[in-house]
Amino acid sequence: MMRRTLATAGRVLNQVRHDPRTIALMLVVPSLLIGLIAWIFTDTPAFQRIGPSMIALFPFVVMFLVTSIATLRERRSGTLERLLSLPLAKGEFIFGYALAFTLIAIVQTLIATSFAIWVCGLEISGSFWLLFAVAALDALLGISLGLMASAFARTEFQVVQFMPALVIPQFLLAGIILPRDQLPSVLESIGDWLPLSHAIDALSDVAAGTTDSATGISMLVIVAWIAVALLVGSLTLRRRTA
Amino acid sequence: MNKSVCIDVQDLSVKRGKSLVLDQLSFHLEAGKIIGLLGPSGSGKSTLLRSIVGNQIITSGSVTVLGQSAGSKSLRRKVGYMTQAASVYDDLTVRQNITYFANILGLSTDEVNRVIQGTDLAEQASRLVIDLSGGQRNRVSLAIALLGNPEIVILDEPTVGLDPVLRADLWDLFARLASTGICLVVSSHVMDEAMRCDQILLLREGKILAQLSPFELMQRTGATDPEGAFLNLIDSGTTDPQSDAPSAPVSVPRHRAAVEESK
Repeated sequence: MMRRTLATAGRVLNQVRHDPRTIALMLVVPSLLIGLIAWIFTDTPAFQRIGPSMIALFPFVVMFLVTSIATLRERRSGTLERLLSLPLAKGEFIFGYALAFTLIAIVQTLIATSFAIWVCGLEISGSFWLLFAVAALDALLGISLGLMASAFARTEFQVVQFMPALVIPQFLLAGIILPRDQLPSVLESIGDWLPLSHAIDALSDVAAGTTDSATGISMLVIVAWIAVALLVGSLTLRRRTA
Repeated sequence: MNKSVCIDVQDLSVKRGKSLVLDQLSFHLEAGKIIGLLGPSGSGKSTLLRSIVGNQIITSGSVTVLGQSAGSKSLRRKVGYMTQAASVYDDLTVRQNITYFANILGLSTDEVNRVIQGTDLAEQASRLVIDLSGGQRNRVSLAIALLGNPEIVILDEPTVGLDPVLRADLWDLFARLASTGICLVVSSHVMDEAMRCDQILLLREGKILAQLSPFELMQRTGATDPEGAFLNLIDSGTTDPQSDAPSAPVSVPRHRAAVEESK
């Protein structure tokens, strides 16, 4: 079990390694955007509120995109069909991907958080370990939703459209633009169930040093979404197809 | 049924949407021969090969491979499969591609080296697949199919787009593989390649037109080249009053008998 999962993770990392431009984009773009936001809000206290949300947002969005396109490529190139005719369990395939991309997400978060703290002056009062745990969960959430999205897309054009369809509504309802308790009640209750809301809540709690049982519940909600998305995603990996 | 039967197909039908891709095929294949699956594009070759590998949802009938139902878990190490598109990772080197699949199968570096040598890829081993020619890409895909000495090797159009020299090299390799006693099925839409096979399975519009040796093909049709022989067979097939019957073509057992006689 472990051997094939690790082989798959190693293979995915090798593929990324051969693509230095993608590595550069994944590692640098989040910091640049955090820097831009910090600059926009230079003379206001807003960055202290929005900054942590951004740290939660990037691993989620980037991993969603990367996973959905990578698994779509596996489906279209025939490599997935070949792998599933070999003694590779679906779980080994999925966890191999999850492991590789979570590692990248952790490096990405490390760079983005360092930049936010030391260059942009963001204050993180809570535990760094918890911050990375939440960021890694966000990355896993993006990976699992991306895996699911790839099953419902036939082309790269379609899969990229899933990003505005699945990610932007979550961003709008997460409380970054307007705090959730000020939203119309229907939107507020939808927002309360979406995983990105909890990702942002948890990360804001850690940044403000106000972690409590609500933070734990938020992390559990994220884990539940990951489990459901991985389950749906694995059901779409079929050994036999029409 | 004798013991060297490696693939046994009974009344296999596959429907995709409303169209019948494979129409009640029945045949069996023996190990130790190159079996050529020939037919024009769209005749159902890939679907038939996918059914043997166990990747295809079949509508009815049965496919038995080495005595087990196609796609059984225990067959996953015994069947090497090369899909029609070279199913390899463009952004990995030749060696990284083969090593990954070897790791999935739990095989050593020696085995990776063996298939790299066997498919003549030693010089390209550290190059990215995206930088290779079409023929080299195909050979990477073939190398992966040969990992772990599978008892059944299914190759879907392995020679498509190759130059004549490489094509001849590959057929020599196939002959060596078949002589080791494995069951080798190679599909092609190039009729000339039929002559390199020990046995030919001719497929057209989801039905088996004939199962016979290249010699019998030429003798029966009186044609001077395989292309002509195939056209002759189609002509005689369409004038056959039985041809629109729902069952498999009645001519198949006769060909089988002919194969037995020729031994």
